[in-house]
Amino acid sequence: MNWFYLSSPSTFYRFAGWLTPWFFALAALLTAAGLYYGFIVAPTDAQQGEVYRVIFIHVPAAWMSMFLYFVMAAYAAASLTFNTRLAAMMARAVAPTGALFTFVALWTGAFWGRPTWGTYWAWDARMTSELVLLFLYFGFIALANAFDDPRRGDRAAALLALIGLVNLPIIYFSVHWWNTLHQGSTVKLTGTSMHVAMLTAMLLMVFAFWMYAIGAALTRVRSIILERERRTRWVRAL
Amino acid sequence: MMAAATLGSWPGGFAWAFARDFRLAWRSPGETVLVIAFFVLVASLFPLGVGADMRLLERIGPGVIWVCALLAAFLSLPTMFSSDYGDGSLEQMALSSHPMVGWVSGKIAAHWIMTGLPLTVLSPLLALQYGLEADTLLVLAAALAIGTPVLSLLGAACSALTLGARGGGMLLALLALPLFVPILIFGAGAAEAQAAGLSPSPHLSLLGAALIVAGMGLPSAVSLAIRIALD
Repeated sequence: MNWFYLSSPSTFYRFAGWLTPWFFALAALLTAAGLYYGFIVAPTDAQQGEVYRVIFIHVPAAWMSMFLYFVMAAYAAASLTFNTRLAAMMARAVAPTGALFTFVALWTGAFWGRPTWGTYWAWDARMTSELVLLFLYFGFIALANAFDDPRRGDRAAALLALIGLVNLPIIYFSVHWWNTLHQGSTVKLTGTSMHVAMLTAMLLMVFAFWMYAIGAALTRVRSIILERERRTRWVRAL
Repeated sequence: MMAAATLGSWPGGFAWAFARDFRLAWRSPGETVLVIAFFVLVASLFPLGVGADMRLLERIGPGVIWVCALLAAFLSLPTMFSSDYGDGSLEQMALSSHPMVGWVSGKIAAHWIMTGLPLTVLSPLLALQYGLEADTLLVLAAALAIGTPVLSLLGAACSALTLGARGGGMLLALLALPLFVPILIFGAGAAEAQAAGLSPSPHLSLLGAALIVAGMGLPSAVSLAIRIALD
């Protein structure tokens, strides 16, 4: 198989159009299953009561917010090294979804924090680094759209994403040493202290969000391709 | 001598760009004075806002001075490359035989001499206004001396990325300020640790590590950003 076959925007436009409904359908199915497990099957938490159920949205959103930044930076690196147009468009397409999940993680965290910690906002390490991550996403989106020449915006934003990627662990550890209130990770690679139904619901939601992110990014990249290539013959023929 | 001039070298480019930017700033010192005036002014506004309780001021002093230094360093960023970009001299420098990383580092060093260094020298004076102890005051100045070059380096990268962008100043703030977060935490943390009777050396060591990493990595990132801008 020729790996560069799909790197042409016109080919990828059709390919993405064919894939998108499948990813959205998967996202809907997984969300339905995840919410069923989360709200009906999973037991009530002994300490936190029903409030804990917000984790089925909060934790997957927080994971995806960080994961999507890595995905975006990987596309940015590919676009800078191979100078491909499509990789830069993908980086642009992933960014708003990443920002959305970051915002959702902060928002749901605030509503969980009020009954549990007694405050909507605390200057806790993870919350602060998530907030900084939101600003990094905003910076990327703003820089990508700040130039008249879209290719210029692509390349500048790609470099910014890479600088942010190096800085992200430093920001995380700096705020971690600075202040921490957040509970430690419950889900670790070596095993978990969680009820099976809770874990199932959470993992289902993670995959649901993942599928949604792919579907949304592909939809967005299709619009970007159309916008960029509007003067070409294949777009006019559509 | 002739060979060095035609071939170009890292130190040659560094010295040339440093001397040029330093001379330009020396001939019109207004901008540097404005940065310092801004720093002093904002730091003096805080007691007016939060009240003149000496214990409170001593508590927030290091943080306030760091935030003011950060904003002051940030204020002078937009002009770092933009005037050279506007009149085409940046393109001429890129065409010169000196490697880009060299003269870019020279420009960053000159920027630090004109902003970070005066702020560091002035900071003990402001710290006295906030009633900090003598040893805290020294630690604060030391942290600023190590931390402000990192601000100049990070700021240079953001400044080069926004060359020719719409909405320059606000965009630059959005890019640069989140990246400054770790420096602010370690810098203010050093003085706070000293004030609390702990050793400030972990914070200072982390700042030093940040300076080394930034000094090694960022000049090439700035060069790449300038190449993107000149394309």
